[in-house]
Amino acid sequence: MTDNTPAHPWMANSAPGAIQAMLDEIGAESVATVFEQIPQDHYRTEPLQLPPTLSSEMELKRDLLQKLNKNADCEANLSFLGAGVWQHHVPAIVDEIVGRTEFATNVWGSYQSDHGRNQAWFEFSSQLGALLNLDVVQLPVYSWGCAIGHAVRMAQRITGRSKVIVSQLSDPERLSVLRTYCQPTAMDSHIEVVEVAVDPTTGRIDLNDLQSKLADDVAAVYFENPAYLGTIEAEAAEIARLTRAAGAETIVGIDPVSLGVMTAPGDYGADIVTGPVQPLGVHMQCGGGVGGFIASRDEEKYVLEYNGFLVSIVETQEPGQLGFGLACPHQNSYGSREHGKDWTGNSTYLWAIAGAVYMSLLGPEGFRELGTLIVSRARYAAKCIADVPGVKIVWPDTTFKEFVVNFDGTGKTVAEINQLLRGRGIFGGKDISDENNALGQSALYCVTEIHTAADIRTLANTLKEVLS
Amino acid sequence: MTRIPEFRAAKWNEPVVMEMGRSGARGQLFAAPEEEIISAVGTDLIPESMARKDRADLPEITEFEAQRHYLHLSQMTLGMMGVSLFGTCTMKYNSKTAEYATLRPQLAEVHPYQHEDTLQGVLEIIHDFDGILQSLSGMDQFIFQAGGGADAAYTMAAVARAYWQDRGMLDQRTEMVTSVQAHPCNPATAAAAGFKVVNLPLEENGYPSLAALKAAVSEKTALIMINNPDDMGIYNPEIKEWVRVAKEAGALCFYDHANFNGVMGKLSARELGFDACMFMLHKTFGAPKAGGGPAVGAYGCTDKLAPYLPCPVAVKERDRYVLDEDRPKSAGKVREFWGNVPQVVKAYAWSRAMGADGIQLASDISVVANNYMDKKLAQIPGLTISNPSITTHRMEMTRWSLGELTEETGVSTADFANRMADYGIDPYWMSHEPWIVAEPFTPEAGELWSKEDIDTWIGVIAQIAEEARTNPELVKTAPHNQAIAQVKGDAFEDPQKWAMTWRAYQRKILGEDKAKQNAKDVA
Repeated sequence: MTDNTPAHPWMANSAPGAIQAMLDEIGAESVATVFEQIPQDHYRTEPLQLPPTLSSEMELKRDLLQKLNKNADCEANLSFLGAGVWQHHVPAIVDEIVGRTEFATNVWGSYQSDHGRNQAWFEFSSQLGALLNLDVVQLPVYSWGCAIGHAVRMAQRITGRSKVIVSQLSDPERLSVLRTYCQPTAMDSHIEVVEVAVDPTTGRIDLNDLQSKLADDVAAVYFENPAYLGTIEAEAAEIARLTRAAGAETIVGIDPVSLGVMTAPGDYGADIVTGPVQPLGVHMQCGGGVGGFIASRDEEKYVLEYNGFLVSIVETQEPGQLGFGLACPHQNSYGSREHGKDWTGNSTYLWAIAGAVYMSLLGPEGFRELGTLIVSRARYAAKCIADVPGVKIVWPDTTFKEFVVNFDGTGKTVAEINQLLRGRGIFGGKDISDENNALGQSALYCVTEIHTAADIRTLANTLKEVLS
Repeated sequence: MTRIPEFRAAKWNEPVVMEMGRSGARGQLFAAPEEEIISAVGTDLIPESMARKDRADLPEITEFEAQRHYLHLSQMTLGMMGVSLFGTCTMKYNSKTAEYATLRPQLAEVHPYQHEDTLQGVLEIIHDFDGILQSLSGMDQFIFQAGGGADAAYTMAAVARAYWQDRGMLDQRTEMVTSVQAHPCNPATAAAAGFKVVNLPLEENGYPSLAALKAAVSEKTALIMINNPDDMGIYNPEIKEWVRVAKEAGALCFYDHANFNGVMGKLSARELGFDACMFMLHKTFGAPKAGGGPAVGAYGCTDKLAPYLPCPVAVKERDRYVLDEDRPKSAGKVREFWGNVPQVVKAYAWSRAMGADGIQLASDISVVANNYMDKKLAQIPGLTISNPSITTHRMEMTRWSLGELTEETGVSTADFANRMADYGIDPYWMSHEPWIVAEPFTPEAGELWSKEDIDTWIGVIAQIAEEARTNPELVKTAPHNQAIAQVKGDAFEDPQKWAMTWRAYQRKILGEDKAKQNAKDVA
């Protein structure tokens, strides 16, 4: 650094003389002296090669925007992409609260110094618990797939068994994460992932096939409701009953925005429930908005197997006053290192606060209206698309917000169709043609509350145009 | 004259949101489905067996009430708005320019499954930042899928599994070797990945001996996971020899670069011999911590391990950026999608705003300031530095002990932390498990805080140490100026009392109280 380099706005002690003043107090000759622990031959020889410094805020902003403006987004275009990240309305208040510097920059503090954040965390768990009809909700882990992974490993520890049954039509993204958590077969603690058939006429789990696979070595059955391809498991209670009869745990994955209109999983026999937190007021952020929750009944068998942060409401030293803190802290990896339950670390806790604000804004009526609007518009979209020549909806009447559109009759591939749509400002559904699902040239379309009837007609008309 | 803040936290006596509101109040409305939709598809579209019958027991409040409630909660969160020398976490300024850029729809409303043609801007940033980290570490490829430092350690364990599986040796290479002072995430993730953990004890000079390492590594060792410097502020000068010994035994070597701040621009993981490393973007690279994520553990490795990386990997093909999903030897995903992209953008922004000179300077300042802090702390009676026999200057953080003061006064390090908040100073980090010294605390001065901030922080520590001697009860019953009094810990391990949701609290605690109250009323 030359003497006339200005002080850096992010470093107070880059002001002239500050380093020297500290060295004087330390009694160190030079900066090199305080690095005396590092042997000389450890220092790098290769010089740093970084792009030029953007030394003012204006230059930095220009660079960021110049790059980000090369993206096309789902606000300027009409998008029907879902499958793990979904475009929902984010209330402005949610953005304000998660942007509060105290929430954005805090690290841990104490139960008193950061009481407000801890309360917001508890309110996330409490409100989600009210939607799920379950008493225990952990703060979110990294993603839904990670939540499933931890839940399956909980079931392995609870049952002492090492097999999990999942749908043959699972999301490849989440399934890949689950397989990572289940370890390769060479490991002693490997969990075998077994697929259960799906009834091709309904898109629902084939109960006969499930029954044939539910032996006494099964730790858990994991199913989603609605499923990856959008279908509602109308016989969820029967799946849970069969699973319980086999001595296994029922793990369910749910979409929290469906819970104003769909039965709470706590009411149909789910033992452990997982799901995404992104729909609850978190922007998609190119996938950077994901997080996953884990919930269960309040039984020690489950509570003592959670891997992360369980926030409990407790009394304080002042009579009548309430505070919050971590229950069972010794079972996580901070407390017990390799003997803890899996591991924990930084996660997605800001999204717990987003979720708390979101759920408080919606309330019971908001969730009911939202669920009604989504399922109505999604079914309407399916109906409109079905009118396009050569196009058919695989399971037209059993879905929530996502549904499979088959294009085999059009003579075009999904990739070709999506390219044509993109040229007209529409992002078509996720191409699932190479997902080993026997569904041919198909795409998974997602319709939510943000899509109006007019948007849906635009999609249908554009499909007609590009396919004619 | 050292400034000691006179602080009073906001105390709103804010109710739990579940108690708020009134029947029928609304905070967010959604339109009814359009007429054309109802006439086309009808109503009652959920199968009867799955249609919700009960009304979710959520609060009913207005939009303003939600805003005010959560603003009150933010006001009762100190965050890092005091002075936070929170060791092991490297507190930094989090650029609002970067934050605001990521809130624009060009990133906030972008879907990861969009066609690559529509993602060129974000891919360019990821690719450029990968290049920056490659230069800082010497590694050949970085990915950002891991949602934090611990998840990056897990990524390493998964990559190691894939590497050894590819060689048909996964049933032989079953052990991971680390030090007892390594961050808990290293042994924990290795164990969760299926490896047996071998912990090396610390010797007099603060780190495990080379002899212990030599005895521990063998044909069974899959990998070693090690940080350097450690949380005591001690740099292991034998680390190059460690890597050589581990590699001679065939093991992979992972550098947990959590404590990178003091050595940025000075060390290269590659030049020290490591196969892989990880950086915490929410720590060293200026992205916010957000109370525990969204975070990023940037995982980088050499070409030897690159085939095993989780997919997708952002790469440049001629003038175009693409997502490489075609890696047949990939370890599989550790998380969905490509990572917490906004945090990557913020870390990129930090790196560009600092530049090579700024990064070097930040590392200089962080170590100088930490030694300045050490010097001042050493003047406070009752405080002792860890490993006192080591007289060389510590790196960017230092482990201290209040053990002597506790023996003299009965005031513990937890009491001390509680009292700090009364002065508007963020409670310090004590120590990861296991505690190597009695009543530990681990401050880290960093490059953000001014000399005056550090003086204020030291002044508060000195003042509390004095209070511990003159009025220990004041410290033990702290805090006194906070939103709430000290929480009682008795419920945390008691199944009858813990309550992780309002439902559970109503059932277990309020239900009981109500029953008692009713009995009293009848009497």
